[in-house]
Amino acid sequence: MAHPISEQTIREVAKLARLNLTDDEAKLFSSQLGDVLGAIDQLKQLDVESVKPMPHAYDQLNVFRADQEAPGMPVEDALANAPDKDEPFFKVPKVLGDGGGA
Amino acid sequence: MDPTQTTLIELRDAIAAKTTSATEATQAYLDRIEQHNPALNAFREVIGDYALKRAHQVDVGEVTGKLAGVPIAIKDCMCHTEGTTACSSKMLEHYRSPFTATAVARLEAEGAVILGKTNMDEFAMGSSTENSAFGVSKNPWDTARVPGGSSGGSSSAMAADLAAASLGSDTGGSIRQPASITGVVGFKPTYGRISRWGLVAFASSLDQIGTFSHTVADTALLSQVMFGKDPRDSTSAAIDVPDELHDVEGSIQTDGPLRIGIAKQYLQEGANDPAVTAAFDQAMDVYKQAGAEIVEVDLPHTEHGIPCYYIVATAECSSNLARYDGVHYGHRTETPPPAGENPIMHLYCQSRAEGFGAEVKRRIVLGTYALSSGYDEKYYDLALRTRRLIAGDFDTAFQSCDAILCPTTTGPAFKIGEMADDPLAMYMNDIYTVTANLAGIPGISLPGGFAEQDGKPLPVGVQLLGKAFDEKRLLRIARLYERETNHGKQRPII
Repeated sequence: MAHPISEQTIREVAKLARLNLTDDEAKLFSSQLGDVLGAIDQLKQLDVESVKPMPHAYDQLNVFRADQEAPGMPVEDALANAPDKDEPFFKVPKVLGDGGGA
Repeated sequence: MDPTQTTLIELRDAIAAKTTSATEATQAYLDRIEQHNPALNAFREVIGDYALKRAHQVDVGEVTGKLAGVPIAIKDCMCHTEGTTACSSKMLEHYRSPFTATAVARLEAEGAVILGKTNMDEFAMGSSTENSAFGVSKNPWDTARVPGGSSGGSSSAMAADLAAASLGSDTGGSIRQPASITGVVGFKPTYGRISRWGLVAFASSLDQIGTFSHTVADTALLSQVMFGKDPRDSTSAAIDVPDELHDVEGSIQTDGPLRIGIAKQYLQEGANDPAVTAAFDQAMDVYKQAGAEIVEVDLPHTEHGIPCYYIVATAECSSNLARYDGVHYGHRTETPPPAGENPIMHLYCQSRAEGFGAEVKRRIVLGTYALSSGYDEKYYDLALRTRRLIAGDFDTAFQSCDAILCPTTTGPAFKIGEMADDPLAMYMNDIYTVTANLAGIPGISLPGGFAEQDGKPLPVGVQLLGKAFDEKRLLRIARLYERETNHGKQRPII
C-alpha cells in the first residue's frame, strides 16, 4: 500500500460528507482507501493533457423543455415520509445558536 | 402447463390463449416464492395482494398489452407506489415512494404483474449482495455462493424461476455479472435508452436499467416496452427505438460478413477460469461456423477501467447520497446531540452514520476525497479524461467490428464471505464490465457453460458489447449464439 491516508484526513473528509465515523471505521477506511487510492494512482502514468474530460456517456449540452405550468407533488405526498413534520413543514431541531455553525 | 417453467413470451402467449390465466400464473410464482425465498433471500419484499389484483384485472380484460399477465420482479432501487422502496438500506427501510419509476410504469402499462422487490447490495454498491442491510441473497446453483451483485436478488430470482423476468440496474456490471454467474441472460442497454426517473440514483452518468430473463427474445420484448425518451429524465436519449427491436430472428443486417471483435486485453494468460476461457472459445467457434469474420481489436486502456470507474462512480455517489439527511425522508437518528455540537449537524452526521452500511460509507468517503479541494484535479478530472480514452478505444474498435465478444467475469460465483474483507479484490471483479458503463455502450451476458466446483455445476457467461444505440443488431447477434447453444436451458436443482 503505497498511499496511506491518515485517520485524521479520513475524519476531515467524513465531516465534509456529513458522516460520523466510529474510531474503528476511521481506522479501517484509512487502510482500505489507501489501498484503493494506491491502485488508482496508476492513472497518473497516462498523458491526458490534450484529452477533454468526459463527464457524461454522450456529449449533451442543455436540454430544454417548454416553460409550462404542471401540477407538482402534493404537499401531503411530499411530507408522507418525513421523520418529523409540522404540516405543511418538515420539522428539524433548532438550527441557529446553541453551539454555532458547522 | 407449469407457468413457472416457461419463457416470458411462452407464458404471455399461454395467458392470451387462455391455456392458463394471469391469476394462475401469478399464484404459481407466489407459491414458488413462498417455498424457495426463505433459502434464497432473493426478494426483499413481496407484494402478493397487489400482484393478484393486477392479475385479476388482466383476466377480466381491464388490463391488456404486450406483457399482459406476466409476473415480473423489480430491483429494490426502483420506485413503486406499492410497498416500500428500500434500496436494501436501513436508510430507506420504511420509505414509500409517492410515484412509480417510468421503466416499471411502462411494464405495467403493457399489463405486466409486479411481484415485488428484489434484494440488492445497499444502494447498488457491491458485487455480491453481501452489502444488503437485509442479508445476502443466495445463488440457486450453490447456496454457499453469492448470486453476484448488485442486482443479485434479481439474478437469484431469475435463475430459480421465482419470476418470469426481473429488472436490474447496471452501473459497473451490476446486471451482467450476476447474470453470468447465475446462468441467465442479463442486458444493459445503451446509457440513456431507459429512463432513470424513479431509479434511486447511485452514479447518474453510469446508471442504466436493464433486464434478466431466460432468453434473448424475452430480453428484446422487455426492451421494446421500456426503451425511449422520457420527458422526466433529461438524460434519456431522444433516439428512435426501432419497431422491430423485439424481433431477434431478423437479419443481422451487416454490409459484408458479420465481424466479431476480440481484444487481447480481455484474454490475458491466466486471468480467467478455464471454464470462462472454454465458454469464450466455444462462442468464437459458433460465430466462425456461422460465417462471421473474427477481427482482432485493441482496447489499450482497459487496464485503467477499474481505477477510472471507482473515481467517477464514488464521486457521483457522494454527491447523489448527500440527499439522505434525515430531514425529508429516510432514517433520522434519535440520539441527542453531544454538548456543544450544533443540533442540525448532529442530525445530519448521525442519521447518515446509522442509516448507511460500511460499503456505502467507504464510497462516500472516497468520492468526497476525490472531489475535495486540492484532490479534484488529481483524481476526478484525471478520471474523466481517462474515461474519454476508454470510450475512444471502443469507437476505434467498432470501426472494424459489429460487436465485441469477451468474458463477463473472470470466473464462476465466489463463496459468501470469500472477499468480504478485501474491497479492492472485490472491485477488481468488475474488469470486463465497467468499461461499457464508462463508454455508455450496450452489453449483454449470455449463459456460456459451466465450471464444476465442489461437485456442482456453476454457470459462467460470455459477453457481447455493441455500438451505442445499436441494440437491435446486438440482440440479433446474441440470438445467433443462443440458437446454437443450450446452456441457458439448464436449471439449478432447488
